[in-house]
Amino acid sequence: MLPIFVIIPLGCAFLIPIVSKIREGLAQILANFGAALLLLFSVMSISWLKSGLQVYYVGGWRPPFGICMVLDGMTVLMLLVVNIIGCLTLVYSIDYIRRYTSPTLYYTLFCLLLAGLNGVVISGDLFNLFVFLEITSIASYALVAFGTEAEDLEASFKYLVLGSIASTLILLGIGMLLGSVSTLNMADISRSLSTSSSKNIILYCLALFIMGFGLKVALVPFHAWLPDAHPAAPAPMSAMLSGVVIKTIGVYALARVLFNIIGFNPTISSILTWMGIISMSVGVLLAIGQWDFKRLLAYHSISQIGYVIFGLGLGTPLGIMGGLFHLFNHSLFKSLLFLNAGAVEYSTGNRQLNKLNGLSKEMPVTSTTSLIASLSIAGIPPLCGFWSKLIIIIAAFQANNPVGAIVCIMVAMVTLASFLKVQKYAFIRRTEEVVSGVKEVPLSMVLAMVVLAILCVLVGIFAIPFLNTVIKPAAEALLNGLNYAGLILRE
Amino acid sequence: MLSYVLCLVLFAIGIYCLLVKKNLIKKIVGLGIMEYAINLFFILLGYRSGGEAPILSKGAVGNNFVDPLPQALILTSIVIGLGVTALMVAIAVRLYEKYRTFDINEIRRLKG
Repeated sequence: MLPIFVIIPLGCAFLIPIVSKIREGLAQILANFGAALLLLFSVMSISWLKSGLQVYYVGGWRPPFGICMVLDGMTVLMLLVVNIIGCLTLVYSIDYIRRYTSPTLYYTLFCLLLAGLNGVVISGDLFNLFVFLEITSIASYALVAFGTEAEDLEASFKYLVLGSIASTLILLGIGMLLGSVSTLNMADISRSLSTSSSKNIILYCLALFIMGFGLKVALVPFHAWLPDAHPAAPAPMSAMLSGVVIKTIGVYALARVLFNIIGFNPTISSILTWMGIISMSVGVLLAIGQWDFKRLLAYHSISQIGYVIFGLGLGTPLGIMGGLFHLFNHSLFKSLLFLNAGAVEYSTGNRQLNKLNGLSKEMPVTSTTSLIASLSIAGIPPLCGFWSKLIIIIAAFQANNPVGAIVCIMVAMVTLASFLKVQKYAFIRRTEEVVSGVKEVPLSMVLAMVVLAILCVLVGIFAIPFLNTVIKPAAEALLNGLNYAGLILRE
Repeated sequence: MLSYVLCLVLFAIGIYCLLVKKNLIKKIVGLGIMEYAINLFFILLGYRSGGEAPILSKGAVGNNFVDPLPQALILTSIVIGLGVTALMVAIAVRLYEKYRTFDINEIRRLKG
């Protein structure tokens, strides 16, 4: 059953240009239908995992010779993240994308993006991971430039240059590994590396992978492209980029390589924790002075991804669980915030916070959902962001990293301040100017925002059962470390 | 060994060109050089001097085959490179239409 996660979106991407020749409206129906089907299957995959780790051999060839697809706890978590946000942003797009010309191309690229993201998550082979990563990247470069305004093109070109450098570094790292162990199957590489004598090659690959995936994640020394690229895209695409893309092709791929292939050790731990601490503090400090709604959110993405990387870098079971839980929560509230920003821009044609005029009366749904998302990202109980931050902070104290824990707390406070500013200027403050013609956004956009807000609340209230069913298997998959190889190759 | 060193020099030239040059077209050429350095690196990994084509047939000895895996990978990688370059050129053309220049110093409306 595993290949359907790639086949459905890839098939949709192929069929959309054809069916839209028959009728223009069919494109969005097909894309939404495909995404809904994907969401259904990814929810079902939670129960598939009960019978243990699943491996699909492409063409019946066994690893290490053939290509395989693997479903473990981490994969299930990422499939949920990709497909929940993918499905809801496509629902949002139904009304939003009418403002752009050629929606067919948008839906085609979007399905291609989903195919790439699902492929990265499900692939059990390092080169296939790279191929799907490039599919994702190319689709997102094109979608960032989708508006074809001067700024969009400029941001997309910047993203393209840095993204290509990242991909090339990753490919060089894969080449180095291939040269030293002569195999590309992740399980087989990890087994060969653990028995090989030369440790220098591992360090060299580690540096290449941290640079490459660090650029894709936008950790702080490598973050220059993100604040340009994420705001330039159409709002649903911004939500996808911040909510899903940087996590899948960045955090997931990095975690998979570091934990399951190279093997976690104290060096990696200190690199990741320090990069996490620097990202979260620099990101939030740059965010607080921003007046552009979407740009502010983009800087917050850097900061929140810092939490995820910090949690993973602690390397303790609690730290990894906190990091992964924060990854899931961040995808919910950050996409919701980007959709809110899109709704504000859709209704007023403006996203400069100081030029907005308290919209809470005119746009009650957008205002309420953005309040939930803001409280969630700032970590106010009982919303979802609170639990994951709490777990990360406790884990940091347990792992004897009080500096990190204190930085986490400070950053959470600055985040709260920053989002109070957003709420005040965008929704609460009323100026003397007369507003006319501003009204709530159309139904599909409202629907997507409300569902995301409800999810934020529900995940917060049912945090413990959610942690047990989804996050714990994912953390176990990473903690299993190099035993991952044994699980796959034995079958 | 020398060929590997030259391959990395080529990679360094490409990344220098991509990062330092101010002209968009030169940047695209730099990206091409960088990608091809990596492709060359992969091919070198599979190369054996005096090796045979890896085809099993009657009478073939098969103890000095060239490794076919990197070649298959690079075929994919070249196609990906083509896609990225095509997209980059398309964006550069649209940028030229907006700004009437290829100079990266004059294409800077984004800030902050």
